[in-house]
Amino acid sequence: MIETLSLKTLTRRQLLSRGVAAGAGLVVGAGFVAGRDAAWATEMDAMKPESFATLVQMARDIYPHDKVGDRFYAAAVKGYDVPEEVDFAQEGLEMLDEAARAAGFDSYLAAGWEADRVAILRGIEDTEFFQRVRGGLVTGLYNQKEVWPIFGYEGESYSQGGYLYRGFDDITWI
Amino acid sequence: MAAPFELTDDSVVVIIGTGAGGGVLANELAQKGVSVVALEAGGRYLPDDYINDEWESFGQLAWTDTRTTSGDWRVAKDFSNLPAWIVKAVGGTTTHWAGASIRFQPHEWKAKTTYGEVEGANLLDWPIDDQEMAPFYDRAESKLGVTRTHGIPGLPGSNNFKVFEAGAKEIGYKEVHTGRMAINSQERDGRMACQQTGFCFQGCKWGAKWSAAYTDIPAGEATGNLEVREKAHVARILHDDSGKVTGVEYFDDAGNLQMQRARVVCVAGNSFESPRLLLNSHSSMFPDGLANSSGMVGKNYMRHLTGSVYGIFEKPVHMYRGTTMAGIVQDEARHDPSRGFVGGYELETLSLGLPFMAAFLDPGAWGREFTTALDSYENMAGMWIVGEDMPQESNRVTLSDVEDKFGLKVANVHYSDHANDKTMREHAYKQGAAIYNAVGATRTLPTPPYPSTHNLGTNRMSERPEDGVVNRNGRAHDVPNLYVSDGSQFTTGAAENPTLTIVALAIRQAEHIASEMQSGAL
Repeated sequence: MIETLSLKTLTRRQLLSRGVAAGAGLVVGAGFVAGRDAAWATEMDAMKPESFATLVQMARDIYPHDKVGDRFYAAAVKGYDVPEEVDFAQEGLEMLDEAARAAGFDSYLAAGWEADRVAILRGIEDTEFFQRVRGGLVTGLYNQKEVWPIFGYEGESYSQGGYLYRGFDDITWI
Repeated sequence: MAAPFELTDDSVVVIIGTGAGGGVLANELAQKGVSVVALEAGGRYLPDDYINDEWESFGQLAWTDTRTTSGDWRVAKDFSNLPAWIVKAVGGTTTHWAGASIRFQPHEWKAKTTYGEVEGANLLDWPIDDQEMAPFYDRAESKLGVTRTHGIPGLPGSNNFKVFEAGAKEIGYKEVHTGRMAINSQERDGRMACQQTGFCFQGCKWGAKWSAAYTDIPAGEATGNLEVREKAHVARILHDDSGKVTGVEYFDDAGNLQMQRARVVCVAGNSFESPRLLLNSHSSMFPDGLANSSGMVGKNYMRHLTGSVYGIFEKPVHMYRGTTMAGIVQDEARHDPSRGFVGGYELETLSLGLPFMAAFLDPGAWGREFTTALDSYENMAGMWIVGEDMPQESNRVTLSDVEDKFGLKVANVHYSDHANDKTMREHAYKQGAAIYNAVGATRTLPTPPYPSTHNLGTNRMSERPEDGVVNRNGRAHDVPNLYVSDGSQFTTGAAENPTLTIVALAIRQAEHIASEMQSGAL
């Protein structure tokens, strides 16, 4: 899945020099997509890196959480980077770019402001592509145990004896 | 010890389903020396097996076999093949239930008399009443170890409860407490006290919550009179030329069709599977399905009106810590038509983990209106609405054109709200929001009904055979040795979580069946 600097042989500087900025926090290079800070990167198996970057941006625009990093969105949609899914995804992303061009932008990623991109998404929200991506994100994003702490959800508690002695009634402001 | 009975043994009572109805009935009969074969579609999972993870647990326990849906309820759009959140396992949905155990109010047994004619509703009085049920409620509460009954202390209040309680009292509600819960507040019956783990819906890993899976089922098996056959999917109920049932055909774990002979058959597969089975058991003698001369099998499906209200506050609540449903406001449960609707509703604390909150808060929604709510997950408090919905003939379970892996037609579940349901839900949303606003909520969110857990009424109990499927003992009007033992026998739904009433009815039905067998009437 998404690894921290999976292109291990490269330094951050080298990694960034091999790509171009795409979307809010993404760098697209030959065969990979990375975070702008190069704290993570993922190699592409089947999908064009530009398509994957568009998909990651789309995922963030559907369920935007400002405290959740791009790597979680990338992990949530990495499942489309397989031979069985890639055509479906790339066709949908081409449609998305087409909708962006109709709205006066060079591509979806070229629409620099969230409000513009959301307006483009509203135009395609009834398509099978949008609905499948959105539906997949409900589990793909929110069922990543790593994102739970960002929302203050603690997950499994049995192994720690539940919350009987760990704050089930610790509220003080009420 | 399981007592293996022969397939050809026609002296046994066959019970289909092992949840609150079937599981309790099986044990109660076994304790009386009656031989019982219980056929359970699911496998056996015990506290060690339960998983503190919402989706993983759902995959382990939930009934996810295909069903189809229709009607204008939102579940049909958002969860078109998942109309119910119920369990396929030994113990049925008693593994998943939250433990709320409250009795019907006396007038709720007589909905038609109390509410009068309600246009578009198919109201009916139950053929039994509060006085007749009182001793069985006593026994059910004792069996389940219900808090605030029989001298059992209440559960302590969690953070989610404290917010709920403070707001409820602020707006003048009086009947506010941590509920009558089938969750041990102290060690009882060989099971430990609640550890406030917060995964009540995923099966209680401490066994503090009552579930038939680790109480009644093993107790029944220990008598030697109960055999539970797991992963046995019942296909049809068979009958003879006299119209009495003679046995049950089922697919075993290996997919082979088996036939178990029976002296009596009790159907307890939940309000979708029970009518589906009766309809799928049609024959030349009963072309419209078994026990269906009234045409009522599958009709009058009820699911409680439900809905949730979540409140967001300036500071953390951590609603997921602790018992999920130990908190109730009962002030609105009364019948008071001045509010603009008949019947009433309970408000009960509820929490979901982040994964299920994302799935159920506003299914299909996206964008910042949705995500900013989840951003405040830590500061959220939650409650659930349980209100009486109107029985309507058009809300019903029918056979779908879709077939399951055995080639059996699956259930289609059709539901549309009655005007009374909508008015009551709006009232409850408003009151729920008022509770949270009274203690400083910065935002409140109404949440649409989840896939149903309280599935009721599709084989309803009636005095007259033309009005329903079973009589006052849950016995089919048309077939003398066929019983319905689950929530599908509910004549009306009342405002209360149904499990305690299902258990009380099962205890009562066991007395009746044992006595009929003894007298030779069965």
